[in-house]
Amino acid sequence: MKKTNNIILESAITLLLFFIVLFSVYIFTAGHYYPGGGFIGGLMTAGAIVLLLITYDIKTVQQILPVNYRIITAIGLLFAIGTSAGALFFDVPFLTHVFTHVDLPVLGDISLHTATLFDLGVYFVVVGVTMTIILTIGEDE
Amino acid sequence: MEILMAFVIGILFMSATYLMLSKSLLRIIIGTGLLSHGAHLLILTMGGLKRGSAPLLGEHAEHYTDPLPQALILTAIVISFGVTAFFLVLAYRSYQELGTDNVEDMKGTEPND
Amino acid sequence: MTNLIILPILIPLLTGAVLICLNKSIMAQRIVAVFSSIAAMTASFFIIKKVHADGVQALNMGSWDAPFGITLVSDMFSALLVFTTNIIAFVCLLYSFKSIGDQREKHYYYPVFFFLLVGVNGAFTTGDIFNLFVFFEVMLMSSYVLLVLGGTKIQLRESIKYLLVNVISSALFVIAVAYLYSVVGTLNMAHISERIDELSGNGMPGIITVIAVMFLIVFGLKGAIFPLFFWMPGSYYAPPAPVLALFGALLTKVGVYSITRTYTLFFYHDQEFTFQLLSILAILSIVVGVIGAIAYWDIKKIVIYNIIVAVGVILYGVSVMSPDSLTGSVYYLVHDMIIKAALFLLVGIMISITGTSNLNHFSGLIRRYPVLAWTFFVAALALAGIPPLSGFVGKLLIVKGGFEEQSFLGAAIVLMSSLLVLFSIMKIFINGFWGQQPADKGEVKAPIKWLLVSPVILVAISALFGINSEAFLPYISQAADTLLNPDIYIKAVLKE
Repeated sequence: MKKTNNIILESAITLLLFFIVLFSVYIFTAGHYYPGGGFIGGLMTAGAIVLLLITYDIKTVQQILPVNYRIITAIGLLFAIGTSAGALFFDVPFLTHVFTHVDLPVLGDISLHTATLFDLGVYFVVVGVTMTIILTIGEDE
Repeated sequence: MEILMAFVIGILFMSATYLMLSKSLLRIIIGTGLLSHGAHLLILTMGGLKRGSAPLLGEHAEHYTDPLPQALILTAIVISFGVTAFFLVLAYRSYQELGTDNVEDMKGTEPND
Repeated sequence: MTNLIILPILIPLLTGAVLICLNKSIMAQRIVAVFSSIAAMTASFFIIKKVHADGVQALNMGSWDAPFGITLVSDMFSALLVFTTNIIAFVCLLYSFKSIGDQREKHYYYPVFFFLLVGVNGAFTTGDIFNLFVFFEVMLMSSYVLLVLGGTKIQLRESIKYLLVNVISSALFVIAVAYLYSVVGTLNMAHISERIDELSGNGMPGIITVIAVMFLIVFGLKGAIFPLFFWMPGSYYAPPAPVLALFGALLTKVGVYSITRTYTLFFYHDQEFTFQLLSILAILSIVVGVIGAIAYWDIKKIVIYNIIVAVGVILYGVSVMSPDSLTGSVYYLVHDMIIKAALFLLVGIMISITGTSNLNHFSGLIRRYPVLAWTFFVAALALAGIPPLSGFVGKLLIVKGGFEEQSFLGAAIVLMSSLLVLFSIMKIFINGFWGQQPADKGEVKAPIKWLLVSPVILVAISALFGINSEAFLPYISQAADTLLNPDIYIKAVLKE
């Protein structure tokens, strides 16, 4: 395939990529009390990877990020199931979550919630599934 | 407001039906997308439309909007997103394999081939 | 243990996720699959024990009390179906090892197989109408993948039709739930039942009837009743035998289960219109199914049309709504799941031996494959309902219920259909197994020993289920009892 010279995209992406990924992580962590969460965070990360795909091509991106997105999906699922199934060990209904407040020196009052771990699973599943779909369509062109 | 929504939903369903009756597979997929949009708007309207309240604000809030329809729509959107994506991949694959995106050419079963 | 009833959903889900990681090694996948399938079977067995001893079990997920959270409910009806589902899944899994092929096994056949089970078991267990939709979608999504896996031309073509039909029916499902929500303002099935009961002081309001008919359309599309069965003969024709057995035995039955559940729990007030409609459609399904089964000379098609007959018989029993007929329906539902799976697997073996599904192209199989022939014979008798096999008891009860409720025409058609079903299936036996053995094929015996294990297990279960029906009847009638008295279900869920 002819290599197109996307100088604007290529220079912009080196800068933008980190912001997009950072913002997606922020959205993900904000998700518990404010709008956001694993689903939208995952979509945004997938969007960043798609931007990489547009700028370069599938092979290059595979070299930059050598991950199998199906495995990412599986890991995410295991995470989500694992955190919900933790309830089984305490003999409380499935999906029951617990939370606690912790006072950290610099950050102040932080609430820690097992639902965040569940959300992390959702995050991985969304990244994995979206990228699998996009790669399946894009792969054999 | 409900009347307006009813019209919007009706138009969505109407266009969806029109698109799904066409022969091109891509138009059919767009039609299913519109159909699910219509269904989602319908849930929102059926939950009752309100202005200027958040879904839930503690136990003593005076006004709040029913949060359930929004949760349902979110779930339904995710599902229809997944199904549409799968449908697109399937359509693309079958275009490669069968060499057509015209559903007229996809008739028949094995014994008649 | 509080979480017992979620195990049949959780175990396949976990297995599916693990199996995605193991997709390189076929052997590891098989071992994990067999063990977790056995585990799911054991868990569902204990659920039956528990429900039989302590009544309807409810689990409020995430500790959110009903009706606010999502509730899983296991009454005897759903517990029995979950158990049967897991047995069939186990048997189909054994069959898949030798027949599905390396390519599919490497391309996530087993994970998708287990995700399908998550959907089916979830749909049987859930007590929340929107959650039912979600589990339907899990099930459908997996079924799309299973249908298209392998990617032959016919599979792609039929998958598109199947997908389109189901996308539309899913949209209708969402619409129906939206209407229902606007009327009753709740999604918990027990709570909906209570609210509708309050609304219908003297007869159901019109809007509820509309919703009832919408649900009938949605579930009827899944369950393939007349006139919504049109997609089934084509789509079910495409996939390989074990997938076909899963679809034929489980997917349509989920539709039938949902109709039974909603009509006995929500819409039981206005029996004049909705139940009349259900009974007419059921009878027409029987008639159309029988016509199709007799008309075709293709063994797959014959069995596929027999699904429609069975769906009609079960729903006729539901529409009569008497203790006898409901007991018969539950019994027949369980019986039909087992025997349809067995028949599809047997048909799969026949196709793998002869290389064709057209009855005109082969004959005389009985000389080389006597075990296959006699297993098929017993399965055929059970399907038609010859005593003492399992189809008999169910049909007897349905017909008895029909006559008692003065629904003579329907009951007579159910009786007649048995005869014609027997004819349609014996056509396979007479033409395929008897007659001249084609000389040029030689004496090469296809290795089918392993494949035969699965249908033999199922037919043995079916025979046991029929001969020993006295032992099973307490469980079945407990299921019918809950269906007839929604109060039992409501009390168990809402803890009033």
